[in-house]
Amino acid sequence: MGRYANNPAAIRALVREAEVHKDTYVDPELFVLEMEHLFANTWVYVGHASQVPNKGDFYTTTVGTEPVVMVRHSDDSVRVLFNRCPHKGVKVAAETCGNTGKFFRCPYHAWTFKTDGSLLSVPFKKGYENTGFECCEASGGMAAVQAVHVYRDFVFCRLNPEGVSFEDFFGQSLSTIDNMVDRSPEGKLQIVGGVLRYINRCNWKMLVDNQTDTTHPMVAHESSAGTAASAWGKAPEGTPKPMAVEVFTPFVSSYEFFEEMGIRVWPNGHGHTGVSKSIHSDYSAIPGYMEAMVAAYGEERAHAILHENRHNTIYFPNLTMKGPVQTMRVFKPIAVDKTLVESWTFRLVGAPDMLLERTLMYNRLINAPTSVVAHDDTEVYERAQEALKSRGRDWMNLCRLYDAKEPRNAAHFETNGTNELQMRNQMRAWAHYMTADMADTPAGSAA
Amino acid sequence: MNPITDHALIDFIYQEAALIDEQKLQEWQALFADEGHYWMPLTPGQTDPILQGSLMYEDKMLLQIRIERFFGKRTFSQQPHTRCHHLLQAPRVVARDDAAGAYSCRTAFHYVETRQDEQSLFAGWATHELVQQGDRLRIKLKRVDLLNCDAALGNIQLFM
Repeated sequence: MGRYANNPAAIRALVREAEVHKDTYVDPELFVLEMEHLFANTWVYVGHASQVPNKGDFYTTTVGTEPVVMVRHSDDSVRVLFNRCPHKGVKVAAETCGNTGKFFRCPYHAWTFKTDGSLLSVPFKKGYENTGFECCEASGGMAAVQAVHVYRDFVFCRLNPEGVSFEDFFGQSLSTIDNMVDRSPEGKLQIVGGVLRYINRCNWKMLVDNQTDTTHPMVAHESSAGTAASAWGKAPEGTPKPMAVEVFTPFVSSYEFFEEMGIRVWPNGHGHTGVSKSIHSDYSAIPGYMEAMVAAYGEERAHAILHENRHNTIYFPNLTMKGPVQTMRVFKPIAVDKTLVESWTFRLVGAPDMLLERTLMYNRLINAPTSVVAHDDTEVYERAQEALKSRGRDWMNLCRLYDAKEPRNAAHFETNGTNELQMRNQMRAWAHYMTADMADTPAGSAA
Repeated sequence: MNPITDHALIDFIYQEAALIDEQKLQEWQALFADEGHYWMPLTPGQTDPILQGSLMYEDKMLLQIRIERFFGKRTFSQQPHTRCHHLLQAPRVVARDDAAGAYSCRTAFHYVETRQDEQSLFAGWATHELVQQGDRLRIKLKRVDLLNCDAALGNIQLFM
């Protein structure tokens, strides 16, 4: 490898107080190290338990670039297994989802595994007698990810067996998941409606950065949201405001709106925009919804739940969530310059269908490969991915509202909504978790 | 009203695709009935555009926004513009109700979209639900079923 493997000092030097070196976005070696370290040392989202409601149900996905399968085991627990046969390395579960029954069966030599990964049987067993098979790695079956945590049906894992605990990693940031789940009168979410899958030819971190970048919407989205606003402006007076217009137009709110909206950061790279209000605050009431919430939670608690109006919450490294519209995006790294964006929608169990209709419309208009809003974001990411390589400059700037005294490990901290603090927060966490399991190199070898 | 001939229906489908390729998008949008929709499902055989996800499900207003944006001065992802090309198999008239003035056609297509140095090929089937309004045909629903609708896709900028 090149400059960065086993050189934590060189990696840490890429993140300055309010600048980030371009290599973090364009260097293929750093991408490999991210997969080996960052995505192994952090708690990464795997899937939602509603995708595997019955014993034997499975869902295949990736954590970083590791193929894994999430499965409902016979004891009803959710397990995460590395999706690799211990014999010759074949991916065992091939479909995106399904039911495997009591065991997985490798398609190559019919080795079978219980849904906790343990080896169930090997055909034509006599060839393994007196070979020491029972002592070798393969007899352990499909390796299970040891550190798995299910929080209110959201399944996370840490690939490294050792490291930060789930509670310490997420801290108060789990309040966004809490709020989204609490928005269901039954306190339950279901993934429904299919998944939008969108390829962006840029580094995965650009997508994460953009979630709390509040000074781009009025510029980049003038073409789509601005056009929607002007089209709506021409409608005859008294025309009911279409749902699509409600979804589009807040994207071109003023700088002042986004300043006042606020931003909140938590340790370990998590944070969210939309503390006092958000671009989702002024959606029309859905008939019957408030009544169902009040019946379930009582007047005061129902209002408190719905008063939370968070815009984008980042669960570092690669999950982002919009509680008030019940959508979630996963930014799956594929290569240093290629990212798969998966956009998921949730049904709030017990709530009117019109909420799901709005959620699906939101995702379609904002996050689909056919979205005229996303097209302009993608355009700037891809232009950045290309031009960052320029020798003209080496650093990316995150100075906006920087304060040398800004907190690094406060349980939570709120500030101006156009502060680039959350991006700095992410990159500080990046430097930490990239190097957390690297041995320090001898003095003098740092870049 | 005279019943619409198969020939007239098929001509309509060819003309509709030509308007997109020629980027006469305002004229194209005017082909839709007031309550008309353009639908691109997300899953094969999808039946519900409201409570299931779709790639597109647009009424005339959303189509209008899309078209105005396409020609807008600050539409950065359309600098330079996308171009497209439809290659249609002969449309088939799959249902007709002359009394109601309602017709349905199905057309296999290859569609190419190009911008800068990139060119993408898509294949699929278009289903047109057409209604006769006076002497003219209008689109009640144009449904575009992509062969790879559930794949991980890059940008799709124009209309198939």
